[in-house]
Amino acid sequence: MTGQSAFGTALLDPNAAVPPGLTDPHGRPAGRRFDVYRNNVTVSLIAALQAGFPVIHKLVGDEFFHAMAGVFIRAHPPADPRLALYGTGFPGFLASFPPLAHLPYLADVARLELGLRQSYHAADVTPLALHDLPPHAILALCPRLSPATLTVQSRHPVWSIWQRNTDPQAAKPGTGAETVLITRPLFDPAPHLLPQGGIALLRRLKGRTPLAEAVDAAQVADPALDIPALLTLLLTSGALTLDAPGVIP
Amino acid sequence: MLDETPRDALPPSVGVGYKSTHFQGLLNAPGPVSWLEVHAENYMGDGGRPLARLRALAERFPISVHGIGLSIGGERPLDRAHLARLKHLCDWLNPASFSEHLAWSTHDSGFLNDLLPLPYTQATLGRVASHIDQVQDTLGRRMLLENPSTYLAFAQSDMTEVAFLGELAHRTGCGLLLDVNNVFVSATNQQTDPRGYLDAFPLDHVGELHLGGHDAQTDDHGAPLLIDSHGAPVANPVWALYEHTIARAGPRPTLIEWDTDVPALPALQAEAARAAAILAPVPA
Repeated sequence: MTGQSAFGTALLDPNAAVPPGLTDPHGRPAGRRFDVYRNNVTVSLIAALQAGFPVIHKLVGDEFFHAMAGVFIRAHPPADPRLALYGTGFPGFLASFPPLAHLPYLADVARLELGLRQSYHAADVTPLALHDLPPHAILALCPRLSPATLTVQSRHPVWSIWQRNTDPQAAKPGTGAETVLITRPLFDPAPHLLPQGGIALLRRLKGRTPLAEAVDAAQVADPALDIPALLTLLLTSGALTLDAPGVIP
Repeated sequence: MLDETPRDALPPSVGVGYKSTHFQGLLNAPGPVSWLEVHAENYMGDGGRPLARLRALAERFPISVHGIGLSIGGERPLDRAHLARLKHLCDWLNPASFSEHLAWSTHDSGFLNDLLPLPYTQATLGRVASHIDQVQDTLGRRMLLENPSTYLAFAQSDMTEVAFLGELAHRTGCGLLLDVNNVFVSATNQQTDPRGYLDAFPLDHVGELHLGGHDAQTDDHGAPLLIDSHGAPVANPVWALYEHTIARAGPRPTLIEWDTDVPALPALQAEAARAAAILAPVPA
């Protein structure tokens, strides 16, 4: 019998022969009819990648993106039917794709785009609202990061590159390392530039540590940390919540 | 085998495949659209806008959940994790209908994201029937199974598609989703008579009809090869087949599918209005 394993393998290999037993209405070999399925698979998966990584598409150009995505989707088809989450292996693929060795920042830009998508679909929580709390009361809170809050650390100016390619008015990227904080106040994720050393504070925010204690520890780890800038970002960007994990508001 | 009486059926009127660009328009002025169909796999995230919008739409419209990734025709066992995600969605949303395809899409290497064809044999029949039993038992509800668009034939097939679907409905108690565009596409590609297909189809089991657009190509020998694209208006021969079917079956829930090159809402509503006029002709 024409097994599905052989059918699927031939679908993913553009040079493979059409499996036997597949015909046109007159019993002749299916030929181009098989290519309809081949085309549906590759075109739809490449389109899913392009929708998920628009800045990578812009940076490498349409023709290169299609050829490269074709290699990726054949080597790494989706693990399951949730295409909204497809492409978790794409940043790693970009990092080791020889023709892109001269663009070492691409993988981190892809991680940023993947992070935005994961944030978009992350669980809803009630964001930490300060109301009119005085500073000492805020510092006594034990917040944690919202499920939609993600970070991307890079040796490259990944936030500036992303900005420049989504907003033509944005400044030209420099060369320094950047860490990105992705937050989702309601439904739209936004990437922010995280002040240097900020990740040390974020790691301590797990819902059990008062903010004041986390700030102190982070400042010991990095005395140059810009605490006012970091707290302002965390407290105004919807990064934090007081909800317990797994509680649906 | 489940009780054949659906717990909550779709209304015998016109729905459209929901696209996010139409969210506000559908809430403000749905026009002839009285229910919506969503692709199950788009609502399997943990939260965010997709789920919030689906909750808002479900307060206003009956919802049909249409799966595209379960691979009911697969030689491999059903993906239990995916089935659990479907159950979670159906449990909180309580949709008026759940449907899937007579097709497969899972492979050793991963999910192939297309509705791939099956040979119509006793062996396939037994496997698909047991998968449908598993789905209906897990979800605790009757499902509808959709006839596919096909582009090639299997030398080993020894049953017609209509006989195959009828036997599945008989064995499992599942309902059928009759996609009239798929009937026209497959009949053209297989060089058979679409009207004969429809006249043989077990209409008593049909819980929903689909209408959509297709593209035209040719095969290696210059024969017409239609592609189920969902990216164009419903073609005139498909409207004629739909009228023929409704005349025999009476009003049934009917969906306009338009998934690629999605038009502005008024164009989709015009298609819906055309179907509504066939479902419920204005008395002279």
